[in-house]
Amino acid sequence: MFDRLVDTLRGIGHRVVDRVWRLGFAARFFLQSLACSGDSFRRFPLVIKEIYFTGVLSLIIIMVSALFVGMVLGLQGYNTLQKYGSSEAVGVLVALSLVRELGPVVTALLFAGRAGTAITAEIGLMKATEQLSAMEMMAINPIARVVAPRFWAGVISMPLLASLFSLTGVFGGYLVTVQMIGVDEGAFWSQMQAGVDFREDIVNGIIKSMVFGVACTIIALFEGYEAPPTAEGVSRATTRTVVNSSLAVLGLDFVLTSFMIST
Amino acid sequence: MERTTLDMWVGFFVAAGIAATIGLAMKVGNLTSSNLGDTYSLKAAFENIGGLKPTAPVKSAGVVVGRVADIRFDDKTYEAQVTINVSQRYHFPKDTIATIYTSGLLGEQYIGLEAGGDSVMLATGDKIGKTQDAVVLEKLISQFLYNKASETDSKDKKKAE
Repeated sequence: MFDRLVDTLRGIGHRVVDRVWRLGFAARFFLQSLACSGDSFRRFPLVIKEIYFTGVLSLIIIMVSALFVGMVLGLQGYNTLQKYGSSEAVGVLVALSLVRELGPVVTALLFAGRAGTAITAEIGLMKATEQLSAMEMMAINPIARVVAPRFWAGVISMPLLASLFSLTGVFGGYLVTVQMIGVDEGAFWSQMQAGVDFREDIVNGIIKSMVFGVACTIIALFEGYEAPPTAEGVSRATTRTVVNSSLAVLGLDFVLTSFMIST
Repeated sequence: MERTTLDMWVGFFVAAGIAATIGLAMKVGNLTSSNLGDTYSLKAAFENIGGLKPTAPVKSAGVVVGRVADIRFDDKTYEAQVTINVSQRYHFPKDTIATIYTSGLLGEQYIGLEAGGDSVMLATGDKIGKTQDAVVLEKLISQFLYNKASETDSKDKKKAE
């Protein structure tokens, strides 16, 4: 009885210490990739290649989901607003919810699923097949050669993807409400332009997506770099990437929003 | 370093992303409409500004001619001191009336300027003398109810007589 209690306590303590150790290692990993980013900017073709894999190849899923998100927002918004006789306000509703929240957040979630998992699996496999160790043997810093270019590719891609998401979403809302339902086109755009502020809404949305880009990419890279070099380890690391990135994005979104609203 | 098709796709992606940001700013946001050019500031005192906020529009005949720059409370006159920036292109006579209106029934509040007939124009830092406060809905309703009540009172008295 007493032994089992001690074992349980020991288990909890071990887990806590393990988490703290991982957090510290993640912070050091983050700083080291920042310190090595000078090298990756000198060899910019490496970053361009990674932007192709994380950004360009994510375009289809981002734009298609944005179109549908915008269309659903338009339908739902119209359905509720027409009860109050203000169906023209559907434009500002669609634009504000996309630019402020859905654009950055949904893009980050899709990015974690589409690009984050790929990064984790790639680096995890590199580690399992000892490619990273081989690089170190050749006096090449794997953080500068493998991690930093992917980090910057993610940070550059995310705001661009989020902007495209918001714009495509607004277009989707326009298609449904103006072209299908027949809301007045002039009122749709003018209400939107009166309601959306450049500094307060659009720039804040871009700042959000940059923060999400840093968070998602560094989590994906870290999980891959830290994955146990087995098939099971890589698969678990990929799962953890999606879970941790999604939680980080939603948590950070609350923190950032509360900062932005209070000012 | 040779050029590859990959570079082209990345270039296309970056250009599309930047174009989307500019598109958001121009088509969705208010970057185009908030451009007033050079402005000069005027002051106005109101007893009650209702829900007026900084950056609210200043309109004359429905056209945006300026924006509210600053709102502060004056503890000597117990009035709200509102500073507005009016576009350099427009000039208003000395006896202009500034009124706080609400756009629509529940919309945002703005300042309306109604030009008077004076030949002297307002210059930077001048104070608009004639102002009209925001309509406070609660006051209006209570006034209406009070009038109704007194009407029925007098009717009752007449009947009693």
